[in-house]
Amino acid sequence: MNIPYPDHFDIEFLQAQATRVRRIALEMIYQAGSGHPGGALSAADILTYLYFYVLRINPQDPHWPKRDRFVLSKGHACAALYAVLGLRGCFGPNPSQVWRTFRKLNGMLQGHPNLKSTPWVEASTGSLGQGFSAALGMALGLRYQNNPARVYVMLGDGEMQEGEVWEAVMCAAHFRLSNLCAIVDYNKIQSDARNEEIMELEPLAAKWRVFNWSVVEIDGHDFMQIRKGLEEAKQCTNQPVCIIAHTVKGKGVAYMEGSPLWHGSVRLTRENLEEALSSLGVSFGKMNGVLDEPIS
Amino acid sequence: MNQSVEHTRILLGAFGDSLREAFGKALVELASRYSNFVVFDADVAAGTGTHHFRRAFPQRFFQFGIAEQNMMAAAAGFATTGIIPIVTTFAVFAMRALEQVRLSIAYPRLNVKIVVSHLGTDAGPDGASAQAIEDIAVFRSMPGLVIISPADALEIAQATEAMLNYQGPVYMRTGRSTAPRVLDPDYRFELGRGRILHPGDDVTIVACGVETARGLEAAKLLASEGVSARVVNLSTIKPIDVDLLVRCAAETGAVVTAEDHNVFGGLGSAVAEVLVKTCPVPMEFVGLKDTFGESGEPAELAEKYGLTALHIAAAVRQVINRKQGRS
Repeated sequence: MNIPYPDHFDIEFLQAQATRVRRIALEMIYQAGSGHPGGALSAADILTYLYFYVLRINPQDPHWPKRDRFVLSKGHACAALYAVLGLRGCFGPNPSQVWRTFRKLNGMLQGHPNLKSTPWVEASTGSLGQGFSAALGMALGLRYQNNPARVYVMLGDGEMQEGEVWEAVMCAAHFRLSNLCAIVDYNKIQSDARNEEIMELEPLAAKWRVFNWSVVEIDGHDFMQIRKGLEEAKQCTNQPVCIIAHTVKGKGVAYMEGSPLWHGSVRLTRENLEEALSSLGVSFGKMNGVLDEPIS
Repeated sequence: MNQSVEHTRILLGAFGDSLREAFGKALVELASRYSNFVVFDADVAAGTGTHHFRRAFPQRFFQFGIAEQNMMAAAAGFATTGIIPIVTTFAVFAMRALEQVRLSIAYPRLNVKIVVSHLGTDAGPDGASAQAIEDIAVFRSMPGLVIISPADALEIAQATEAMLNYQGPVYMRTGRSTAPRVLDPDYRFELGRGRILHPGDDVTIVACGVETARGLEAAKLLASEGVSARVVNLSTIKPIDVDLLVRCAAETGAVVTAEDHNVFGGLGSAVAEVLVKTCPVPMEFVGLKDTFGESGEPAELAEKYGLTALHIAAAVRQVINRKQGRS
């Protein structure tokens, strides 16, 4: 699959692709019988913009040394990553074949991203904090070799309770890794409850700033703001940039929005899926998804 | 190959270096021929021997501060860009980053080399907090991770080069105290191969690290009693040299393992796992008996915790009694 897309900023195109990402992620989770929909849906708009407009990649060549890297440190949200990789042409001409392997025995798409199993996955994640450090290491390794590629890493908000994250925040600033951009998918909800009930994160932007990061706060579902944040990140030449993206857990599916129930890992029933797709304003059989046929 | 052996000989003119010193000097020596590696440190360069490398190649030395978890996972990311990171710290702090080694390095089989110092009671007066007696056990259980524990300065220099030539994750142990020379100048380290250092027919002593020298000393003591003890230096603990172990067990009929590590899960367990399936013979295990160490000089600790040549010799007498059905 290779979606032709405009080289200019096109909100309608982006919205359509983001909806497809959400639909495909939900279908994958439904078909797998388990997965993490909430954080996949909150990340969908940013992932769509990154893969269609920001990352310098050649979908035919996952090993091109100068490709920009993306690491999903909140690895549990990988259904959205796999969806966008397929739509971007990274899984070949028939991505639905690949999407169907999600969480299945001998499948290419593991329940959490693994770089040995899946092309375009740049780090094995699923244990929070580690993907961020791995991205830092990539940025350092690229700079060491004068490679102009940039590294983007997405973290969850609950992930910031891991001590390793703050080791990496301190370290990236120390090395002045301006080729590293961290994006926090700040949907305010973690596995069991709201962040503030589990372990308060605020004042979050201030924390990153005092660690010597440049911080941009955006609405993570507004493509104008996503674009602005990522462009600002590219302009910064003397320190790493953190984009704090305010998002809604379960975004796009009314009954999931703002609820920790759908963090995961959960099983979606057929009724759950139908209601979710109807909430997204899509129906089966109209787009190339995981389930080519209506599930009825 | 011959050229590289020459290099290590020149480098190791001064025998009597600790393994960590020899490792640090080997890095300097190898750096001019291998431009494809860098060194990561967590503020213990003088303790791991990498201060030599820092002085010689500052642009290839990365200081991560006292934050091993970040350093370990960052090494995984760095390795994906095509350069080999050699991550150095104390063994106990590598265990602090155990899960980073597991998920970020071992699971995707990345080309990261982890080299640790301060092993077992050899770490000495710093006490139990710095004496890693569990690391072989925990790292050995990670799929695909190579484990090396060399015996002397010559071997660690060669093992350092071998680990750079191997594609995949490696965990190598150095050592803190002055290491006696145990290997012949013509010795060639081979990854995955043990080596018979002393011939013998009555029993095989299998050792690694500081215990190899003590095993050789035990063999000499035993010879005066008419016991012929074979000594094997098993510096690659994983993948283990099955053929050599089976041959030695079959030929000598009894095995004693010796390691400066807990008796659970380490070298002795690895050897037993092989022999119990293929050639079960009476075995005894010299090592820490499921106890932590304490402050003291390495020789004093070896005495107190049962790791000296005399302890190995006693274990040999015991295993020979069992072999002869006298116990």
